[in-house]
Amino acid sequence: MYTLKFDENLCATCQTSDCLVKCQFMDMESEAAHREMMKIVKGEYSSVLHDCKTCYACEEYCPRGNHPFYLITERREEKGMLTASRAITNQWINMCEPQGKYKVGEIKEKALSCCFIGELRRFARGKLFEDLRSSYILGPEFFCEVVYLHFAKPSIIKERLPKVIENIKQLGIKQLICMHDECYGSFTSLAPAYGMEVPFEPIHYFEYLFEKLTDLKGQIRPLKMKAAYQRPCSSRLSPDKYHFVGKIFDLIGVEMVKREYQEENALCCGEVLRMVAGYEVANEVQKKNIDDMVLSKAEYCVFNCPYCEMALSEKVSKKGIKPIHIIDLCKMAIGEK
Amino acid sequence: MIDIYKSLVEIVGDEHVSTGKEELYFYARDPGLMPAHEPDYVVAPETTEEVQKIVKLANKEKIPIVPMGAGMSLTGLIIPLKGGIVIDLKRMRKILEVNEKARYAIVEGGTSQGALKAYLDRNYPNLRHSIPDAPPTVTIAANVAIHGQGRLTQQYGFNSDMVSGLEVVLPTGEIAKIGSCSMSPSWFSKGPTLPDLSGLFLGWLGTTGIMTKVGLKLYPKKKMRDVELFVTDREDLIPEILFRLTHTEMVEDITAWFQAKPLIFQGNHHVTLYITGDTDEELEFKRKMVWDSLKEFRDSKDGGFMWILPAMKPTFLDMPQRSVTTFADVKKGGGFEYSGPIALIEKYPVLARKLVELGAKFKVAYSGMARVIGRSHAMMFGIAFTFNRADPDMMERVRKALHEGITFAFDQGGIPWKPTVEEQKMAMERMDPNTLKLMKMIKENLDPNGIMNPGNWKVA
Repeated sequence: MYTLKFDENLCATCQTSDCLVKCQFMDMESEAAHREMMKIVKGEYSSVLHDCKTCYACEEYCPRGNHPFYLITERREEKGMLTASRAITNQWINMCEPQGKYKVGEIKEKALSCCFIGELRRFARGKLFEDLRSSYILGPEFFCEVVYLHFAKPSIIKERLPKVIENIKQLGIKQLICMHDECYGSFTSLAPAYGMEVPFEPIHYFEYLFEKLTDLKGQIRPLKMKAAYQRPCSSRLSPDKYHFVGKIFDLIGVEMVKREYQEENALCCGEVLRMVAGYEVANEVQKKNIDDMVLSKAEYCVFNCPYCEMALSEKVSKKGIKPIHIIDLCKMAIGEK
Repeated sequence: MIDIYKSLVEIVGDEHVSTGKEELYFYARDPGLMPAHEPDYVVAPETTEEVQKIVKLANKEKIPIVPMGAGMSLTGLIIPLKGGIVIDLKRMRKILEVNEKARYAIVEGGTSQGALKAYLDRNYPNLRHSIPDAPPTVTIAANVAIHGQGRLTQQYGFNSDMVSGLEVVLPTGEIAKIGSCSMSPSWFSKGPTLPDLSGLFLGWLGTTGIMTKVGLKLYPKKKMRDVELFVTDREDLIPEILFRLTHTEMVEDITAWFQAKPLIFQGNHHVTLYITGDTDEELEFKRKMVWDSLKEFRDSKDGGFMWILPAMKPTFLDMPQRSVTTFADVKKGGGFEYSGPIALIEKYPVLARKLVELGAKFKVAYSGMARVIGRSHAMMFGIAFTFNRADPDMMERVRKALHEGITFAFDQGGIPWKPTVEEQKMAMERMDPNTLKLMKMIKENLDPNGIMNPGNWKVA
């Protein structure tokens, strides 16, 4: 059985307790934060286990890479503390259970992971993907399982993720371009944290896009637009890839507006919070986030995660901001959309 | 001896009478499980006067008559058990009047639900009627004749409660006007404050007369409509959930449902509820009331609201909901039937457990659905099975499962909805003898020759 590799000493000697001090949903001073975190480390009850909204941000805030959110999730499950209702939790567990209904293209050593999101397959078109479109995997057999962190069910991750990794390995894939950054986070953060070996190289699709756009530089028409970027929760598992957003925007002539809720202080789309924390929290997060986009005079809201796009598209549109996925934005820059 | 065929041709023209094998085959059956029985004639009148003449002919010659809309009850109510004449009313499809301010429409007896919806959408965008979750070809008159339900049933009761007047051709051929239209040009009331005679026809399954015109109440149609889905794994909580939701008085249609497949639905009970509003503020206020009404269940983790992805919303918002047909053909072979007893909402848990038991016992694919009627006054509990028509063994198992299911529902105090002939008999065996006596008296007086849809509601 896989177990979380969490270094208690790192936590015990932490001077900042940034994981909780920086939390956008809890108001905690450093001393209290340290105390609460140590309770969690020792397996005791902490109010954090009740109050955490599962935004994943503490994974990024921890300066020592010690996976505070994974630990909170473990402790919640150990104590039988549900985030969402049993019914919704089980619905998600059932929904993503492998049933042999997956799709695999003409696999090459380099392949696209469309996770379990058909929309991502639709994105993989045009010049940006011309060499790779047919080499793809899609379906629950390749689902990255990260979502079960929201539902405090790491046991599902431990049960299913090794099989997913094995499924990908069996296809002979050497480099996997993860079209959903949740997948990338799964293979580069979650799996290692649980001691799972990943026998292929995960590549974040931002990095892939940047390289392709660099190759196609001569075809780029600067878009000359102002855009807000919507960071998804899962990007907290791979904060080292965030800088590619800025690089891609620079390349295609998009100005990223300055706003309060960006970078480390970004707010998630809020829709999962609706299930795990109630509509009050979700509505507040969405309102703060969208009002901030309006205030910053963003013309576009650029999405990374298709689910964020589903959650916020209509809402930002009503405020006069055009929703667009970053891949479609890149296609627009090379005259494809 | 009179030539019936010739007489019918004289009434409606030869294009609208048939004794052809193809027609007789088609009009001998419905899509459910009941055995087929061919009529002798099929006739499609266009006017009340033509209906009147056909009925007079049939009454004189003592020929059975079966009035028919789209024939989609699934319980064999339009199967001509004694042969005779099937009167297909679909040519009588005119929408005669819409009174916008008084919110009612007058339609002919063969007007379909889809036609009225489309007409209102085009011409009266602020008005709607209670459309049932059935194919849009089903007719308004047939729906009220069987006490159908629809998308406004939680707010306003059975669709038959929304009738605002009737024109009926009696089994002896006279035309009777029922409600305010009997003494006024306006069709605003089916009975009150006069003696309410609509009960002589509504729910009688076409055994007491043929509805040639129906007045139907219309209701405000808000500009926006949205759906929420509450999910719980405890069927015992459903009655309380429905009680609290109806208490808000903020919700349009409410249904609770469960099914074993696909996997996403397994093990849970789902409450689909609709909210409407003319502004974002109105819609969000109602949404808040709904969410707040179920806070206790959310806090206890006994239930929660599901995130309905934008791609899924059109399926839920569809009126009628076409996705029902996906379940209807899950076994392939196009077989689908359900019994829909009307029962107290507090019976949802036992009925739900029984349905799961029947599915396992008879090895048949099931689906359970309860539509709230009124403010939790009752529910229609759909005991639904799908089957392959090319598999007689499976069909027999479904018959047995339905029989056991409806028997159980009656034992729980339920009453039948659009019952098969067998279910009618089962119901009448349980009825108060004086009620039966009254039914018999009404039937014999209205239909002295017993020509109207014989075999149905036949009091011994």
